[in-house]
Amino acid sequence: MSNETIRAAFESGNGKAFIPFVTCGDPNLETTKAIVRAMVDARADIIELGIPFSDPTAEGPVIQGANLRALEGGVDTDKIMDMVAELRADVTVPLVFMTYGNIVYHYGVEKFAKRAAEVGIDGLILPDTPYEEKEEFAPIMAAHGISYISLIAPTSEDRIGMIAAEAQGFVYCVSSLGVTGTRSEITTDIGAMVELVRKATDVPVAVGFGISNPEAAAKMAALSDGAIVGSALVKLIAQHGAQSAQPVAESVRAMAQAVHAL
Amino acid sequence: MTNPAGRFGEHGGQYIPETLMNAVIELEEAYNRFKDDPDFKAELKDLLDNYANRPSLLYFAEKMTQDLGGCKIYLKREDLNHTGAHKINNALGQALLAKKMGKTRLIAETGAGQHGVATATVAALLGMECHVYMGVEDMERQALNVYRMRLMGTEVHGVDAGTGTLKDAVSECMREWTNRISDTHYLLGSCMGPHPFPTIVRDFQSFIGYEIIDQMLEREGRLPDYVLACVGGGSNAIGTFYPFIEKEGVALIGTEAAGRGIDTWETAATINTGSEGIFHGMKSYFCQDEYGQIAPVYSISAGLDYPGIGPEHAWLHDTGRAQYVAITDEEAVCAFEYLSRTEGIIPAIESAHAVAYAQKLAPTLPKDAIMVITLSGRGDKDCAAMARYRGQMITED
Repeated sequence: MSNETIRAAFESGNGKAFIPFVTCGDPNLETTKAIVRAMVDARADIIELGIPFSDPTAEGPVIQGANLRALEGGVDTDKIMDMVAELRADVTVPLVFMTYGNIVYHYGVEKFAKRAAEVGIDGLILPDTPYEEKEEFAPIMAAHGISYISLIAPTSEDRIGMIAAEAQGFVYCVSSLGVTGTRSEITTDIGAMVELVRKATDVPVAVGFGISNPEAAAKMAALSDGAIVGSALVKLIAQHGAQSAQPVAESVRAMAQAVHAL
Repeated sequence: MTNPAGRFGEHGGQYIPETLMNAVIELEEAYNRFKDDPDFKAELKDLLDNYANRPSLLYFAEKMTQDLGGCKIYLKREDLNHTGAHKINNALGQALLAKKMGKTRLIAETGAGQHGVATATVAALLGMECHVYMGVEDMERQALNVYRMRLMGTEVHGVDAGTGTLKDAVSECMREWTNRISDTHYLLGSCMGPHPFPTIVRDFQSFIGYEIIDQMLEREGRLPDYVLACVGGGSNAIGTFYPFIEKEGVALIGTEAAGRGIDTWETAATINTGSEGIFHGMKSYFCQDEYGQIAPVYSISAGLDYPGIGPEHAWLHDTGRAQYVAITDEEAVCAFEYLSRTEGIIPAIESAHAVAYAQKLAPTLPKDAIMVITLSGRGDKDCAAMARYRGQMITED
């Protein structure tokens, strides 16, 4: 079960996990494969693989751009599943998909879960599918051994206990209001949010949105069980294109080191 | 535990980021508290009657009736509302609700600019800060409406993401709302998005249908046989249809924008060409590809140029209670010209899609049958574009 593989990934890194994100197919799948392998080499504990969506309403301009580049490059869900199968020949860290409800719904939830499990996916994050709508996805994912990862936000307040009580894999703690993107500082009381999660579950909590350097990653991981970084890495990919693996690896290595040193 | 509220059959729901969940829950609670509150209702009725010019006329289009040679045709004149379209009904209702909730700032998307203008108008009237998001493509097509919004003190933000049209403006509003929630109400302009928006917008637009019933009983002593309205997201249509849903024998017909034709990629006819999906907070029908990527839709009408349809329409389609037909650009432009020439009424190009289907249907119906067409808006905003479509350039320089 992927809940166990995800938990083990948190525990192996001194109890703290570093979780980088990459949009599959940006700018092409060959580059994505090289980036994923470079992330593993740079000691990423779990990797989030974005399946691009034409209209990603929870993303800021950086990841919107990555989605567009990937789709223009001709990537689709089937090609991404095949890529994951190939990566699984040598990549053993947990891999979780991050995409939008329509990508999974339109593919067929059952068919998506079955194929994702076959190729070795451990979890699924749908930022536009809250607690109220998860019954359509979570039980089917669970039946195939895929953790349906829930998000909590600074506005969740009284909802955190309810969400955490049913959490699978890890709880994705959204650090700030707004959409994805790098931020100069995070002003939310992350400690208080994490405490509410801990009261309801022993599933690990990782913080994402707005983290872009080793200091911020360490700070967020110190308050929780891990740090998730997307836009800062996607910016490097936008800049370096097919030659991104090296600069992404350097950035991941520095942030993973800061998180693991806690 | 799932939330059974806000579903129309299997459509609807609340597919939004967790960040917005407490905001829509707060909105639903406030709406349930105020919708039957006598003071709120009286305040809204006063604004609708004395500011927006309700009830709107039900006009017997005698020349059109004679010319088409079939059933009797009435026009529900939402084009005569203040600001020139049905959008003011919902804008007044939601802005008043937002004010009761203690919100001081409104954000809204707009396609043709009519909803943006309506929102800018109520913001000026009620003394609220207002930001409207509009696709850059639409800002060019509807420059006059951009000017009107700015004139009334609203800040208009161009959205160049994606296709630069209505769907991108909605996406940008959703993103903007996650940034600033505590003092801000997202004044959604159509019967779409996450619950409770489809229900709230429908209720605030259903004055249209209830008035038609009263006016029809007074004029003809009976209900109409056919009710027509154009559908993008579908707010004027759901406002027209809703009071008739239980009235069997009244045929409900929505007209979608076929663009250059439903057998082309340049279309926005969601029911006729789309499939089930999840987008912009709701489950409904959407124009999309085999992997669920939302299609870049097209229509000459900026107000119908949307890849989805409100969830209640999706349900009315599933149950067969309403029928949805597709009208091409060419047919709509011909209807725009036809109504102008025949009745001296220049309809919005959106509304012209409903007139176009009436031109096809009316001649096939008996003379004692009665049809009502909701004219959702007036066409002044479209004159330059229609002239351009016919190869004539008009400017006011």
